[in-house]
Amino acid sequence: MNPDQTVQSGDLSLAVYTWGTPAPGKPNVVLVHGYPDAASVWEKTAQILSDRYHVIAYDVRGAGRSDVPDHTKAFELEHLVEDLAQVVDAMSPDQPVHLVCHDWGSIQSWEAVTTERMAGRIASYTSISGPSIDHAAYWIMNRLRSGSPQEMSTVARQLSHSWYIGAFQLPLFGPAIWKLGMDKLWPKLLSKVEGIEADANPTQTKDGSIGVNLYRANFVQRLLKPNERRTDLPVQVIVAKRDRFVLPEVLDDLPQWVPNLWQREIDAGHWVQISHPEQVAAMAGEFIDFVETGEETVALRRARRRGPRKPMTGKLVVVTGAGGGIGRETLLAFAEQGASVVAVDIDIEAAERSAELARLLDVEAWWRQVDVGAVEQMEALAAWVATELGAPDIVVNNAGIGLSGRVLDTSVADWDRLLKVNLWSVILGSKLFAQQMIDAGKQGHIVNVASAAAFSPSKALPAYATTKAAVHMLSDCLRAELADHRINVVSVCPGFINTGITTSSRFVGVSDEKQEQLRAKAKQLYSRRNLKPQAVAEAILDAVKKNKPEALVGAEAHAFRFLSRFVPSLSRRLARLDMI
Amino acid sequence: MSTMPLSSQDLDGFRDVQRLAYRCAETIADEMRPGMTERDVASRMKDFLLAEGADDCFHQPFAWFGDRTAFRGFVGFKHLGGFNPAFYPGLRRLEENMPFILDCAPSRRGYTADIGYCGVVGQNRALDRLMDDLMEYRFLIVDLVRQRRTLAEVSQAVDRLCAKHGYEPRHKAYPFEVLAHRVEKLEDDGRPKHLSLARFGVRNVAELLKDRIKGARDGWSPLWNSKAGSDHPPTPGLWAVEPHLGFRDVGAKWEELLVITEDDAFWLDDEVPQVKRWKARGLWPTADVRAAA
Repeated sequence: MNPDQTVQSGDLSLAVYTWGTPAPGKPNVVLVHGYPDAASVWEKTAQILSDRYHVIAYDVRGAGRSDVPDHTKAFELEHLVEDLAQVVDAMSPDQPVHLVCHDWGSIQSWEAVTTERMAGRIASYTSISGPSIDHAAYWIMNRLRSGSPQEMSTVARQLSHSWYIGAFQLPLFGPAIWKLGMDKLWPKLLSKVEGIEADANPTQTKDGSIGVNLYRANFVQRLLKPNERRTDLPVQVIVAKRDRFVLPEVLDDLPQWVPNLWQREIDAGHWVQISHPEQVAAMAGEFIDFVETGEETVALRRARRRGPRKPMTGKLVVVTGAGGGIGRETLLAFAEQGASVVAVDIDIEAAERSAELARLLDVEAWWRQVDVGAVEQMEALAAWVATELGAPDIVVNNAGIGLSGRVLDTSVADWDRLLKVNLWSVILGSKLFAQQMIDAGKQGHIVNVASAAAFSPSKALPAYATTKAAVHMLSDCLRAELADHRINVVSVCPGFINTGITTSSRFVGVSDEKQEQLRAKAKQLYSRRNLKPQAVAEAILDAVKKNKPEALVGAEAHAFRFLSRFVPSLSRRLARLDMI
Repeated sequence: MSTMPLSSQDLDGFRDVQRLAYRCAETIADEMRPGMTERDVASRMKDFLLAEGADDCFHQPFAWFGDRTAFRGFVGFKHLGGFNPAFYPGLRRLEENMPFILDCAPSRRGYTADIGYCGVVGQNRALDRLMDDLMEYRFLIVDLVRQRRTLAEVSQAVDRLCAKHGYEPRHKAYPFEVLAHRVEKLEDDGRPKHLSLARFGVRNVAELLKDRIKGARDGWSPLWNSKAGSDHPPTPGLWAVEPHLGFRDVGAKWEELLVITEDDAFWLDDEVPQVKRWKARGLWPTADVRAAA
């Protein structure tokens, strides 16, 4: 890649590359690379962005085809900011630019957006895998001061990912490894460790060995004497989920310094702009357009970060039967962890209420009225989610109804309704949303709420237990099918949970009066057991976080499972008991 | 069945002391600043009440901050039958945007009130929502009592409304899971101070015990909850009703005296802070809407 022009910054000449043509009203985008890279690392992303923007990249001092300063102090952040300012002034004299920066490019751009030198010259900032050293220093201090072992272990974990920073402070070590063959090994190493195919970089030896000075000139100094760095500029942080060098936790305190903050995720390693250039370009473009026009897309609205980062921030969760009981608690449990949620229920008021409660937890929430037993309504739901919000990360097929009474008393209409609501809805919810996840390349979770009744035969609940056993088996089969797509299927088997289903369940083959009596008795039984829907919500959250295939809730669920497996004869005897 | 007929003079006496209690809560809430502990605030309330002539209490003032307003976790309802030290004001410090609840129950010249008041220094959207929704409970309770539904049914209706709203009925964390408890007129013996044990006024608790014994004989209970013991028609007299709602880490409540007569029921006073707040926020229904309901 040959530079299109050079820009002078002090004594040094910087190599500048451009894509696309400048035009009035067309945003200018400046890409800043990290270590041990040169501007070439942006090539794929820049080409995509140049369809709509004028794109500018440059080799940072010491890297690529730019000049090399003769002493370490010349790599201090203020000089790097000066370089950026010179490039911006030369290439975009009339309008502020949108920055998209990676790794060290991002570290130095934090300096640029939080100090005075470039005030008014930057319109927006997209930062990838490069936190401000000052922010990181405060982040470490706050955690060490908290005295909490958990917080301290997070710091220890981040430091273990930053081993090389310490090593680079040693005399000779950094430059030596690059000169002794690391430069040749680098593309292979990236391919082996990061799984990305990068073209050999002709200036790799220089980029690796000279760039070590970035660490030497700044890290220790800043970590020991950090400054409070704030900015009111719109900032989008893109987190590479599998980054080996930066943990997402480092961004936990960011809203404290950056009030206008959006945070997104890409399921990739450190060099996202090489492995996922389309996604990086799409996210950068979406943010630039938003800053230019003021129109915030749904995805951006979901990515807005106001409070502390939470484990499910940025995730989209769809829950059916979310108007009450297990569904509502599950919806709120995910919302509490930061997820955006869609509350689906046949009762529109209840669904709306659940969404409103979720909003109190500072997340985006929507509600939809859907009869999950109607195929066309489920399809319409899936289509609405796909177009309005994009593929979900987690789908909880929870909606269900209860039915009690003998098989011989259960009418065809009863069976039909029960099968539609309890089984067909799960089949459709799994199929439609799993397809969306596959198409979007999302490693999501399908959570199907079955029941301990799935493996506990009983003459009291034959139809219900049959539908739940089917849900359980469906989940087991689907899990195998979706394993290659890394989509997890969770089968949830709660015991006697005290929810509204006890009062709305129907008992077939009895008089109306008896019906009420039986309901009251069932309710009493369930409330005496007093196992709350919150317990199921917690189990679901846990299963999703730990990628578990199954969640049994309540001692009775474990007991029934044990009996069905190891003492089936006793299980069959118990099935003959009158439960209420 | 009633232990005493209430004259209009008595109702005035109870109303006055209830207004004193709310004035106490509002005054101290105004003085609250981040950094104060629950104990600081409870003792300010106590000083205020003593200075205003309170000579006894049902219980000494309580103050709960932050997630303590919601009684979550180990202090939740099944533990220790509701008797747990979490009620006592602790060393929790108030922070900006943290919800708080003040609860005080002064007696003056034989008349006792028991009130609950909640607020926040700063902003809390969940608390606002809870406080708005609390209005529905005030209407629900008095309406059902007027329909002469049993007190257990009223309490169960409150539980159901909580479930519909998506809240936890946190008054179930109170001793005996009470939604309300009985308040009786004491003798005005002119003494400036009376004995408290473990922060509860001995004379008032003794009245409650007497009611419990009498009630057991006559088929009613001075402890109004969702259980079988409250499955009796509304007992005439005064009841301190305290629906306490919880949503995640935020709790909110009000507590007021409900007057139950042989054939009617009404809230002792409509000039209470929560009613003023609902009116100020335009939530208070007009007479037509109420009549239709």
